[in-house]
Amino acid sequence: MGGTMSGASNWNAERAAQIINEHLGLEGPMLPILHALQDEFGYVSADAVPMIAKALNLSRAEVHGVTSFYHDFRHEPAGRHVLKLCRGESCQSMGSEELARKFLAGRGLEWGGTTADGDLTVEAIYCLGLCACSPAAMLDDELIGRLDAETLAEAVDTVSI
Amino acid sequence: MTRLFIPKDAAALALGAEKVAAKVLAEAQARGVDVEIVRTGSRGMLFLEPLIEVETAEGRVGYGPVKASDVSSLFDAGLLNGGAHALGIGRVEDHPYLKRQTRLTFARCGIVDPVSLADYAALDGWKGLARAIEIGPAATIAEVTASGLRGRGGAGFPTGIKWKTVSEAPADRRYIVCNADEGDSGTFADRMIIEGDPFALIEGMAIAGVAVGATRGYVYCRSEYPHAIKTFNEAIAVARAAGYLGPNILGSGLAFDLEMRTGAGAYVCGEETALLDSLEGKRGIVRAKPPLPAHKGLFGRPTVINNVLSLVAVPHILAKGGEFYASFGMGRSRGTMPIQIAGNVRFGGLFETAFGLSLGEIVEDIGGGTRSGRPIRAVQCGGPLGAYLPVSQFDTPFDYEAFSKKDALIGHGGVVVFDDTVDMAQMARFAMEFCAIESCGKCTPCRIGSTRGVETVDRIRAGVKVEENIALLEDLCNTMKFGSLCALGGFAPYPVTSALRHFPEDFAPRHAIAAE
Repeated sequence: MGGTMSGASNWNAERAAQIINEHLGLEGPMLPILHALQDEFGYVSADAVPMIAKALNLSRAEVHGVTSFYHDFRHEPAGRHVLKLCRGESCQSMGSEELARKFLAGRGLEWGGTTADGDLTVEAIYCLGLCACSPAAMLDDELIGRLDAETLAEAVDTVSI
Repeated sequence: MTRLFIPKDAAALALGAEKVAAKVLAEAQARGVDVEIVRTGSRGMLFLEPLIEVETAEGRVGYGPVKASDVSSLFDAGLLNGGAHALGIGRVEDHPYLKRQTRLTFARCGIVDPVSLADYAALDGWKGLARAIEIGPAATIAEVTASGLRGRGGAGFPTGIKWKTVSEAPADRRYIVCNADEGDSGTFADRMIIEGDPFALIEGMAIAGVAVGATRGYVYCRSEYPHAIKTFNEAIAVARAAGYLGPNILGSGLAFDLEMRTGAGAYVCGEETALLDSLEGKRGIVRAKPPLPAHKGLFGRPTVINNVLSLVAVPHILAKGGEFYASFGMGRSRGTMPIQIAGNVRFGGLFETAFGLSLGEIVEDIGGGTRSGRPIRAVQCGGPLGAYLPVSQFDTPFDYEAFSKKDALIGHGGVVVFDDTVDMAQMARFAMEFCAIESCGKCTPCRIGSTRGVETVDRIRAGVKVEENIALLEDLCNTMKFGSLCALGGFAPYPVTSALRHFPEDFAPRHAIAAE
């Protein structure tokens, strides 16, 4: 789950070490650790990689390989709010591509981009499981179905400061 | 006190259920009436969400789709007594959309409070697990085999045979892994059942544990489903506290416990071996088979890895007997399939029925045609890797073998409807693009082929050497189909070749120029 910067704290190596330690009792602790770090800091800092490697007795390359493989893990903080617009086929059947194209153009963004004021990051997501109410999106933790240009703009303007 | 039921299913929330529930509560307080609002899963009639149900002497009466601004008028109309209102649908059970279904897997979904043990037990909960413990592992596996249940994730492998293989593999420990990485666009059955009836999955996994001698299970759920993850973790805690999970399940002396793990946005992790690597903490890279996960699965141990729907079918099979389950369906496709009707469709939702309905019945009779009101042009079945079928193939029965004969797949039961504005060359391009984005990179046909596929479709759409490039695209699809390690690269050609075959006009140069 992409945390947003609004709830995230600044990078803190001590806190990161604590998070890593809390998960060492699990079988296969890597993904739970990465999720927990991202939940805490809003992204997985490059500084965390050697710490995880040491704790799990892996090479840094192996840990980097994992963090870079999964779409969810950010390597830098996102904007204060994150909008994930679904690009799955079901949403496409209801015009999501054009909706997204216009929205991105209106805000001067590309997929994955953040507005200049750091307020909003817009990302593609491939299916939220809301396919009977396409097009769908997730804005921070809120799900929105049956989107159109108006409801999308309204939702984004409501969370923006 | 009147009991009202309002879903907290993610789709209902996306349509405003939270605001509706808050408004109902506020309205009741303002009017000084005593109500209890039970938050349920969804009935699956997503075109009616948010659906409010009220308990009356005649059963539950429904109203939907309700907006917060409708609530006051609903109270005026006597909502609490099931009074008449423009949004009223009468007794929910009598709604034709539900009445036509055979609900085995989704029998409780939308009815119960998802984390209420009392609700679960009142509707046959834990009976399957009790019977599995009573009859023992061999007879449990025999029941599952007799049911004819086949893997609902898409591959359709017989569940009983998988379990038997795991039970016979020598090991110091075995695992049950539930694949809840429901990444296919057009599917939401796993999400709905985890949010609406999580104990059924817990019971199914516990039965699998009893059957194969596993004491530990993992549910690997995609991160795009935060509500399902939250509900399931609550359900695990409740079940554990009541002794349905833990060192001594149902007082049997048998141990079984489970944990939910969250994926990280990689579609390929829905492939079972990539999922296992991901659970182990690695990149989600597909493993070469053999060895099968049944022999060497999670952490190298024999592992049952089943889809959510397969595992949720199991308690019912054990409680009612395998033969009863097998009495539904057609040919080698036994039992029921929760079909998910999605996309540009009027009555989108979950429709559980025995195998054998025709595709046309599903999208036209049940789905009611397109939401846009335009004619249907194509239907994609089985997710991003499934074929596009034209209206001329609407007589195809929903059955693993019948679909396979048409070079199509049922997959996880998702059916996505497109109207006549769809550009099928664009959809073919998207299939390749999606495969390129999501490829794990292990095998060349998938990793490189998908990118070359995007480029080739682009050339066709631009009108560059169209015939040669179509031949090249078909050749590339053939290489990917037979040369890829797993279904991602192996099935990504299905949407492409089906689009080429059934909608050749969309690839013609004239069309490409017109579209530009």
